[in-house]
Amino acid sequence: MNARAMLAIVRKDLKVVIQNKNIVTPIIIIIAVFFIGFPWLAGLAPTLIKGFGGQVTSLEGLLAKMPAGMLQELAGYAVSQKVIVFVLVYMLLPFFLMIPLMVASMLAADSFAGEKERKTLEALLYTPTTDRELFVAKMLSGWLAAIAVALGGFLIYAINVNAAAWSQMQRIFFPNALWLVLIIWVVPALSGLGVSLMVVVSARAQGFQDANQMAGLVVLPIVALFYAQVMGAIFINTGLLLLMGLIVWIMTGVLIWLGSRSFRRNRLLAA
Amino acid sequence: MNTSVITINQLTRHFKETVAVDNLSLEVQAGEIFGFLGHNGAGKTTTVRLLNGVIDPTTGSMRVLDLDPQVDGPALRARTGVLTETPSLDDRLTAWDILGIYADLYSMPRKAIKPRISELLAEFDLADRASEKVGGYSKGMKQRLALTRALLHKPELLFLDEATSGLDPVSAHHVNELIERMARREGCTVFMCTHNLVEAQRLCDRVAILEHGSLVALGTPAELTRQYVRRLDVEIEVAEEQTEIALQVLRSMPQLVLGEPAQPNGALVVTINQRDSIPDVLASMVQNQVRVYRMAPQEVNLEQVYFTLHEEKEGVQ
Repeated sequence: MNARAMLAIVRKDLKVVIQNKNIVTPIIIIIAVFFIGFPWLAGLAPTLIKGFGGQVTSLEGLLAKMPAGMLQELAGYAVSQKVIVFVLVYMLLPFFLMIPLMVASMLAADSFAGEKERKTLEALLYTPTTDRELFVAKMLSGWLAAIAVALGGFLIYAINVNAAAWSQMQRIFFPNALWLVLIIWVVPALSGLGVSLMVVVSARAQGFQDANQMAGLVVLPIVALFYAQVMGAIFINTGLLLLMGLIVWIMTGVLIWLGSRSFRRNRLLAA
Repeated sequence: MNTSVITINQLTRHFKETVAVDNLSLEVQAGEIFGFLGHNGAGKTTTVRLLNGVIDPTTGSMRVLDLDPQVDGPALRARTGVLTETPSLDDRLTAWDILGIYADLYSMPRKAIKPRISELLAEFDLADRASEKVGGYSKGMKQRLALTRALLHKPELLFLDEATSGLDPVSAHHVNELIERMARREGCTVFMCTHNLVEAQRLCDRVAILEHGSLVALGTPAELTRQYVRRLDVEIEVAEEQTEIALQVLRSMPQLVLGEPAQPNGALVVTINQRDSIPDVLASMVQNQVRVYRMAPQEVNLEQVYFTLHEEKEGVQ
């Protein structure tokens, strides 16, 4: 495979995406709300509750319903600290997975369908790139962007979590091992899954909006995971994350293999 | 001896019920500017896609630069350049961005990229605005940039799909001049799809005319005009006092002279049934002692060929 040609496509896609307000604006909003807003809201919650004459201990009832594994993790913390750790470390963990998945899906949705819409695809099809190079390069663009946003978001989140909770925690408590597994193992796998799935969809869609609607569906399993964790139905620990990552990597590998074998440029012009 | 750059044998491409290209056979020789004429939807773009291995034929075969587009698509596309009907440029990128990216896609030697881009940008009058985003370019500039991109890797075979479509006459003329100059200078063969007949007549060595995916005529513009346009207008200048006698002589040959002669600017203009009748008409005038100073058949162009063929195909009288 011609790495230089593939990197040229990645370079082009990333340059275009960075300037696309339809893609960049939602990402900035998500980062602002979830990576900055949420940590400060949760970090300051115990202080605010006390300020309004409330009792943080009233949240203990909710925490008591959590699975044993989580209770074990939270043991040793004061009640106000438990709330912070529960919300920022455990509750938002599956939610964080939605970010790279959404970014990957949005970019991948734009990959072929967006180019078709902007009428920039045909010139690319007349280049000497093979079908497989084209498919992998388009996938790589979305994947690298998703990883970059996830890593950037994670850094912003880590800084804000520690800063917002400093008054209660009095130490740097984030990230823990669970989050490191998430960032290093699960996020790349999940981004790969989202991207490969959406590149296949995008190649068959007429325009970005068509493909992007499908991108919305991709995040649904993650939403389910989020609710399960909040409701105490499951407890996502390091072992579970490692297993989840492995399954997603296998699914991603299969999808890339199938996608690159079945992808044909002539179908792009027929779609 | 001529070398065939494109050989097409009974090529057919269906899109569901529609036949876009129907049993097409032709050859294009090295170094020629070949015009591929037809109305919108005649199958020109589909043929370009087939010849570059971007889509597959339903039946038939082809060789382009001695390669099979279906099998050797990437190797073939490395040696061809294509200017698509829409410029296919991303508005958010600059000319330098676009050309740099395509230089990598064509695996151009790294050292050659900058000088080649600079040379083409200067040639195509884009150098001053090459660092600006393409979104701010005029249609003519975008088309020139797309042509620059198509020529960047010095293709042996250049496909132009409606290169001047939608351009104002000045921009279209500029683009045509560039095409001709670059084609002759760089020595590449040009396969030019167009429905602009004046452009084809001026630029093309040979033309093929396509109707509903089928080839209906092939040859040089001069051959086609001789072959397909039988009637032609002839301007006859006679001694002023003999105009009436000349008119009587012309009216006496209804099998050769069609309709009533006109006198737009003093000279007589008559429609003659075919080129071979000109000597007979002249002989008859001389026999009747009409002094003929000038007899000039008016230039027949591809446009007349095209409409003659179109009328024949559509069954219009």
